[in-house]
Amino acid sequence: MTTASSSAASRPDPALFDYLLRLGDDSLILAQRLSEWCGHAPMIEVDLSMSNVALDLVGQAMLFLDYAGQVEGKGRDGDKLAFHRDALRFRNCLLVEQPNGDFGQTMARQYLFSTWQRLLFQGLVKSTDAQIAGIAAKALKEIEYHADWSAEWVVRLGDGTPESRERMINGFAWMWRFVDELFQVDEIDAAVAKAGIGPARDSLRSDFDAALKSTFEAATLPLTPLPAAVLGGRKGHHSEHLGHILAEMQHLPRSYPGAVW
Amino acid sequence: MSTLHDRVMGVLAGVPDPEVPVVSIVDLGMVREVRENPSVVVITPTYTGCPATDVIKSSIRVALDSADLRDVAVETTLSPPWTTDWISESGRDKLRAYGIAPPPHSSQLRAKASPACPRCNSTNTQEISRFGSTPCKALWRCLSCAEPFDHFKCH
Ligand SMILES: [Zn+2]
Repeated sequence: MTTASSSAASRPDPALFDYLLRLGDDSLILAQRLSEWCGHAPMIEVDLSMSNVALDLVGQAMLFLDYAGQVEGKGRDGDKLAFHRDALRFRNCLLVEQPNGDFGQTMARQYLFSTWQRLLFQGLVKSTDAQIAGIAAKALKEIEYHADWSAEWVVRLGDGTPESRERMINGFAWMWRFVDELFQVDEIDAAVAKAGIGPARDSLRSDFDAALKSTFEAATLPLTPLPAAVLGGRKGHHSEHLGHILAEMQHLPRSYPGAVW
Repeated sequence: MSTLHDRVMGVLAGVPDPEVPVVSIVDLGMVREVRENPSVVVITPTYTGCPATDVIKSSIRVALDSADLRDVAVETTLSPPWTTDWISESGRDKLRAYGIAPPPHSSQLRAKASPACPRCNSTNTQEISRFGSTPCKALWRCLSCAEPFDHFKCH
């Protein structure tokens, strides 16, 4: 897709391939989740917002998955990886596949993800891999919007009516279990961090906690200790939700292989 | 005898942005480079998920082909990332005349100044939604003349 990537195919790198799938799948699955809101949001402006965020995330996903395909060197492109892979082969975190629930639950998921993603991409901008650094610099400008926008909603709903406050609290209550996974380091993250390709995930934690504290104070929401983490997404062990997401997302290209507009 | 650069830029100045057709891709600053031997034009997408990017690439191909510039390849690059600072002054004027408030320069971003209403030029304006009809725009309204308008986001 760009000139900088031509060297990738000559050095297949399983850790880099897996890392790119993690980056791409996080964005892809959350985009698919957000697009479920299209036509159902509380207001037209919010409907547009969620579609816009979804579109940005699809853009990130395609760039990372196209690059993953080049690194893998087996002729798969972003579309092939998105639409012709089974749930076990997906490497997204569990947070992004959680159901939309109500608007509060969707905003809780978005806020946690975008706040974390902003910190991750601030590190990726300095990647030793020029292609990743380029994608990250491009995407970071968009992520800043997602993070600010979702934080504003957390404050508006948390510090809103008793009803909106309760929904925000319940929304976060669903999502807390999936926060720790974002900061888990396994052998792939360690290899990537060692090579300077991406930041050490655990190093993002203190900034994340600080951001959370400040937003929750503004939203007058209680910050409770996090429950034990649920893990598995990065190894392909997903909740039942992912299968349903993929069934919908992949139905058309799998039923009509090679279909074009 | 015009150079390849001038010929290519002349052709690309006639390729409109599919979502805001009053401005060309040259006005938007999407054309980064024209190289020779081999001949290549390098463009950069405005937004990562912008569905217009593929349309723009094929419009460029068609425009180059019909100008007898079939040998000029089209490539995309992500870095340095596109910024609204690259929108030309004439591009900004065209946006304003079309009813879209142009983006502020990034040097003025932290000032948080409200965009001027493209209809009455009042700066007494208010954000309705940070996301608008396309990835590049936010929805605003003018409190002086009550006109709702699109604001090209600073990026
Ligand atoms: Zn006005």
